[in-house]
Amino acid sequence: MKRVFKRIYLALILIFLYVPILVLIVQSFNAGKSRAKWEGFSFHWYQELVSNASIMNALWVTVSVAIIATIVATILGTLAAIGIYSMKKRPQAVMMTITNLPNTMPDIVTGVSLMLLYIFAKVERGYFTMVLAHITFDVPYVVLSVLPKLKQMNTHIYEAALDLGATPAYALTHVIIPECKQGIVTGALLAFTLSLDDFTISYFTTSPLVQNLSTLIYSATKLGISPVYYALSSLMFVVLLVLLLIVNHRTGDNKG
Amino acid sequence: MMEKEHLIDLKHISKEYDGVTVLDDISLYIRKKEFVTLLGPSGCGKTTTLRIIGGFETPTSGEVLFEGKDIVSLPPYKRRVNTVFQKYALFPHLNVYDNIAFGLKLKKMSKAEIQKRVDYMLDLVNLAGYGKRRVDALSGGQQQRVAIARSLVNEPEVLLLDEPLGALDLKLRKDMQLELKSMQQRLGITFLYVTHDQEEALTMSDTIVVMRDGHILQIGDPKHIYDEPANAFVADFIGESNILRGEMIHDELVSFAGREFPCVDFGFGEHVPVDVVIRPEDIMLVGEDVGQLVGTVQSVLFKGVHYEMMIDCGTFTFKVHSTTMEPQGSKVGLNVVPFNIHIMKPMKEAGK
Amino acid sequence: MINNLQLPPWALWAMVLALIVFIAMVVISVRRNHGIKRSLFASPYILWMFIFTLLPCVLIAYYAFTDVNGHFTLDNFSSFWDSNYIMRENLRSVAGDEMAATVARGSVNVDTLVYSLWMALLCTVVSLILGYPAALFMADRKMKLGPTLVVLFIIPMWMNFLLRTIAWMSLLEDNGLINAFLERIGVGKVQLMYNQQAVLLGMVYNFLPFMVFPIYTSLSKMDPKLAEAAQDLGCNDMLTLLKVTMPLSLPGVISGITMVFMPSVTTFFIPRVLGGGNTRMFGDLIESTFKTAGNWNLGSALSLIMMVLILISLSILRKADPNGEGGGIV
Repeated sequence: MKRVFKRIYLALILIFLYVPILVLIVQSFNAGKSRAKWEGFSFHWYQELVSNASIMNALWVTVSVAIIATIVATILGTLAAIGIYSMKKRPQAVMMTITNLPNTMPDIVTGVSLMLLYIFAKVERGYFTMVLAHITFDVPYVVLSVLPKLKQMNTHIYEAALDLGATPAYALTHVIIPECKQGIVTGALLAFTLSLDDFTISYFTTSPLVQNLSTLIYSATKLGISPVYYALSSLMFVVLLVLLLIVNHRTGDNKG
Repeated sequence: MMEKEHLIDLKHISKEYDGVTVLDDISLYIRKKEFVTLLGPSGCGKTTTLRIIGGFETPTSGEVLFEGKDIVSLPPYKRRVNTVFQKYALFPHLNVYDNIAFGLKLKKMSKAEIQKRVDYMLDLVNLAGYGKRRVDALSGGQQQRVAIARSLVNEPEVLLLDEPLGALDLKLRKDMQLELKSMQQRLGITFLYVTHDQEEALTMSDTIVVMRDGHILQIGDPKHIYDEPANAFVADFIGESNILRGEMIHDELVSFAGREFPCVDFGFGEHVPVDVVIRPEDIMLVGEDVGQLVGTVQSVLFKGVHYEMMIDCGTFTFKVHSTTMEPQGSKVGLNVVPFNIHIMKPMKEAGK
Repeated sequence: MINNLQLPPWALWAMVLALIVFIAMVVISVRRNHGIKRSLFASPYILWMFIFTLLPCVLIAYYAFTDVNGHFTLDNFSSFWDSNYIMRENLRSVAGDEMAATVARGSVNVDTLVYSLWMALLCTVVSLILGYPAALFMADRKMKLGPTLVVLFIIPMWMNFLLRTIAWMSLLEDNGLINAFLERIGVGKVQLMYNQQAVLLGMVYNFLPFMVFPIYTSLSKMDPKLAEAAQDLGCNDMLTLLKVTMPLSLPGVISGITMVFMPSVTTFFIPRVLGGGNTRMFGDLIESTFKTAGNWNLGSALSLIMMVLILISLSILRKADPNGEGGGIV
């Protein structure tokens, strides 16, 4: 009885989360442009999507920025986590405060402050500045997901590797990094998701000439949004879902 | 069996962490094929000593000689010693086979050779057929064996073991003690063993080093340390003891518990305070009228082989081990032969 | 914008180049075993955080306390308190004190801030009420749903955030899906959009996962034996929840509150779409001050006030979680 109630509650929350997504997917197949009226099933918007250069360009910007930012942030963040882990107590505490700082800063402040930095340094805003901004908000998340894995590790594992003849570099690549692999993967996934979904920070750190999907959609809302965007977003959603299923299938029963 | 030459020499080793002295001027040598145990309560510096030999700590001052050459600046991966860590430190992302093969792969050995050696080690530690298992699916005792195999497969000159049996239950610990000892004798490898368990040390070692507060209190073979403890602390730590304050009247005569006793010690001077140590099993229970001391039995505990009785003699309550039992409340006489009275210089209250 | 302090345009590129060189040096020296300290691995990160997090914060403060000409001033803060401040001062210089006195205080900025805080508070409370049971049920070991549900909570974020909000428009608007449904069952049309409830709904929808994750993490880290011990000592299910489970999940609750409250105060897209301009929030104000009005100095002052407010409320919250074990959403 209790368990049924729990399941129903969780199901309701999930329905709440997924209803808008279903609405978007359904609407992307609507032949007409109206949000309210169903005018028949059609791939019209998907066809239009491919021929729309500005959308395809924004898609490219979004995905490439997310990938670059994820890679750089993962490397930087993993190195940082290992470094912070090996620090003494007091510098470690200082580093943790700095790492938590962006988490306590609202997106809009991060975006605005980075915009001021670029203006101050006389760097023209565009693709490159957006990548830098994305790396900046991604890195702390990588640090925060790798660090707990390092702390869980048996403290003597690194020493055991050295003891068995491994050089520090070998011990790092063959023992420490595999040990916190799960944390690195989680961090990278989180970074990628955040980067893909970001609007506010991108909005302040790019120019109108270089748009990612979020900023493009934002400027489109002022004119009334076309279902082309629904088609695009639905497509991306499905692709990511399939990718997730494949990765999950490959790694077997990987615990979250 | 043991050879005379020194394999490892520690010379005047001191170690400080942030101004706290952990090791204070330790000197010690280890011979080839010897089983040496560092014994002491936690915080005595035994693990630090081990880590200095393993290369994980650098001493603040002093020399570590390996076959006569100073190895202080040599990193761990270049030392011909291997460590069995406390709680084993097995690599969780590798299976049993790959854990044991870790060191061999680093030596760029051929696959066939690695296979041969790992299989031999698995046999040696009674884990044949376990190669494909995940290490976290093994029991504590099995993990222990993998850790030992992982170190031994590299054929180290010295195997350092840091409380390797600490996490095992009593029965398993006793079995592993015998197994480790026989392994050491068969393979002819030098063992440096760290423990706080005096019984373990007495069972396994050729030489015991008793440590406390960063100092070495006594070095000797188990029998010597048990029979001739250097001071009251060693006596108390190794086996059970009655430790009393006493006064050396002159050579071969000591006073304690309100009486004078003949003894065999000399050279302390006249009328000097001393510590007197008497093992519980060295006190004989006799009739009330013929005892050197007379006391009342306060409590009796059955300990399997013997009874442990606490006997109140007014100034001191003695712990006595005897195969015969005296009922609680009864009056008994106590006798000690001169040879079993151990006289030592009194210890300073703090420090040594 | 005139600044005395100016960096040449290639400065940022040079910094990035320096970073890359540094990482290369670290890699090389580790390979060659020069015994580099591992704590140095963090230095590129430290440098990065310095340039892209600390420096920008300093810049915000710098702009907040200067005028367009780069001179020190407190006018921006006066303008926050009184939105007509500049107008009045201009009038004073042109037409004298008497005319200036006729300009009343404009409280729009302060009102917006108060309103935003109120909305964010509502959103946090609703998210907590909805999210805590969800996290609790997810952490139920017997159901073994936790890891799967975490993924299910993340997946919606792969649909663009703006579109997800726009989708609510399709549901809520006058001839939207919900109203169509209500009309069919004979209830008739209801005004669902462009009001405070719609904005609140949009905010809860977007930020709910950030409440659930940290609570779930702290609950699933909890030793199940503790709950068993409580039951052994005579607590029933309800008492166990109140006396053991809830206090132990407090760090998670605190980081959940942080992660929902903060973005709620500053969101500007949700109120703009679902509130239809009827409700203005502080994020909206900051955005339009920067982008529409182009007043960076006032915008910086508003951001600074926002940051200070958040830092103060965080430090109060942290008092309840002195160990800071709340962690992130991972």
